[in-house]
Amino acid sequence: MQFGIFTVGDVTTDPTTGRTPTEHERIKNTVAIALKAEEVGLDVFATGEHHNPPFVPSSPTTLLGHIAARTENLILSTSTTLITTNDPVKIAEDYATLQHLADGRVDLMMGRGNTGPVYPWFGQDIRQGIPLAIENYALLHKLWREDVVDWEGKFRSALQGFTSTPRPLDGVPPFVWHGSIRSPEIAEQAAYYGDGFFANHIFWPKQHTEKMVRLYRQRYAHYGHGTEEQAIVGLGGQVFMRKNSQDAVREFRPYFDNAPVYGHGPSLEDFSSQTPLTVGSPQEVIERTLSFREYVGDYQRQLFLVDHAGLPLKTVLEQLDILGEEVVPVLRKEFANLRPAGVPATAPLHPAVLASKEV
Amino acid sequence: MQTLKLVAVSAGLSSPSSTRLLADRLTQATRYRLAEQEYAVDVEVVELRDLAVDIAHHFVTGFPSEALQGAIDKVTGADGVIAVTPVFTASYSGLFKSFFDLVDPAALTGTPVLLGATGGTARHSLVLDHALRPLFAYLRARISSTAVYAASEDWGSGGDEYTEGLPARITRAGQEFAELIAAAERRAGDGEEELVPFEKQLADLRLD
Repeated sequence: MQFGIFTVGDVTTDPTTGRTPTEHERIKNTVAIALKAEEVGLDVFATGEHHNPPFVPSSPTTLLGHIAARTENLILSTSTTLITTNDPVKIAEDYATLQHLADGRVDLMMGRGNTGPVYPWFGQDIRQGIPLAIENYALLHKLWREDVVDWEGKFRSALQGFTSTPRPLDGVPPFVWHGSIRSPEIAEQAAYYGDGFFANHIFWPKQHTEKMVRLYRQRYAHYGHGTEEQAIVGLGGQVFMRKNSQDAVREFRPYFDNAPVYGHGPSLEDFSSQTPLTVGSPQEVIERTLSFREYVGDYQRQLFLVDHAGLPLKTVLEQLDILGEEVVPVLRKEFANLRPAGVPATAPLHPAVLASKEV
Repeated sequence: MQTLKLVAVSAGLSSPSSTRLLADRLTQATRYRLAEQEYAVDVEVVELRDLAVDIAHHFVTGFPSEALQGAIDKVTGADGVIAVTPVFTASYSGLFKSFFDLVDPAALTGTPVLLGATGGTARHSLVLDHALRPLFAYLRARISSTAVYAASEDWGSGGDEYTEGLPARITRAGQEFAELIAAAERRAGDGEEELVPFEKQLADLRLD
């Protein structure tokens, strides 16, 4: 199983000090966080993509390319890549280039994006969100698999005799996840292609995740990619840890209470019981994370959100130390013991990555 | 004998509240008329005051608490909805509107709805037609023709030579609403979301 972190890339004022990092600091801190993820033995670093303040990651392949140059093992991914408003041709080119530079350590997650104005800013219509996700991905899929593409669609100018360069490393396109919270069309899309399905999971009650993953598994089997149990599932999670549970709650509460997404709303305690948010000791995080398996089945990737809501870099790096030293090694072992034979341990890895592991 | 589900939504804030009182009277009048037509009636009341904090949290977090989801399910699964609000600042109360903001816009399509409002003076009675009726028209509910406004003075006076008293208005509203419910086709239950197979989604885009 793969463990990692995913970042939203928000620039948020630290509510305990009133200090707001600059964009420059946030970007450099993001790199430091990714390097730390590799250092403590995590498998994946994924960045969001946003095109409005207070977020910095508008250019994910620039960021990931830089991190690729400074790491050896980390898989670089996205959470998510906007398949609705990006030109699929540019996604094909950018991520194939990244794949070469990172020697295959790349996969990506498609998402629609939920910021209304981004659609018109990029010349699209939000009411066409799902059709855009379907058509654009169909084109991307083709660009990575066929050397010469003739293509006509509803949303983009036609292509005749087009070759997307560079071709994917060794002819193997990056593995793709499709991220969604509650759109059955996206679970269906992931299943159709035999791609991975990633449930954001955080911020909402588990029922949404449970329903979508079940649908995805059924349809994955329906389309003949394998059994329901073999479908490739990833989940988000959100944690804050200290040795003592009470210390974790005390330290995280001001960040929770002022967080951009859910702040000034329910209590930390209510939100923790209604969503996967876990604030407590490493042992509590281990137990909660293992419990996800009870409603989604054996899954392949767990990404944690650890760096938002204005948490200072030092604290985030401490969280990564705890994850790497105390939490993930236990989870790796426990999940591996529980996983039946025949269920893949990870999402498919690029042959170049597999080869480097065998050396 | 068929059992119909009648749900009253009351946005009254005090206890006892005249809004709840009007909701109960309207429910009773409707139930009486439906019983005459051999329908059994199952009545539930949703008191929005009890859900006020959950409603605010839903706006902030994007998902409902169990109690709020239960209330929304009751309303959207009803054979008839009696919706009663106090008049605040020339319209329905913010709490009343907030609750209906959280109901899926398509979930009340075709549902018979009886409207009621309460206020300190009769001068606000057109709120029924200027605020409540457009809201439920947007939701494509079937709005019963007589809606009832109760001003404070209505609870202590009869009709005069020009206007019927409150009991007569309630009786007429109940009668019309019962007829509307009986006539309405029983809507299909809350089915699973329909899955569009991927080939169809692709075909709809007329790809090459």
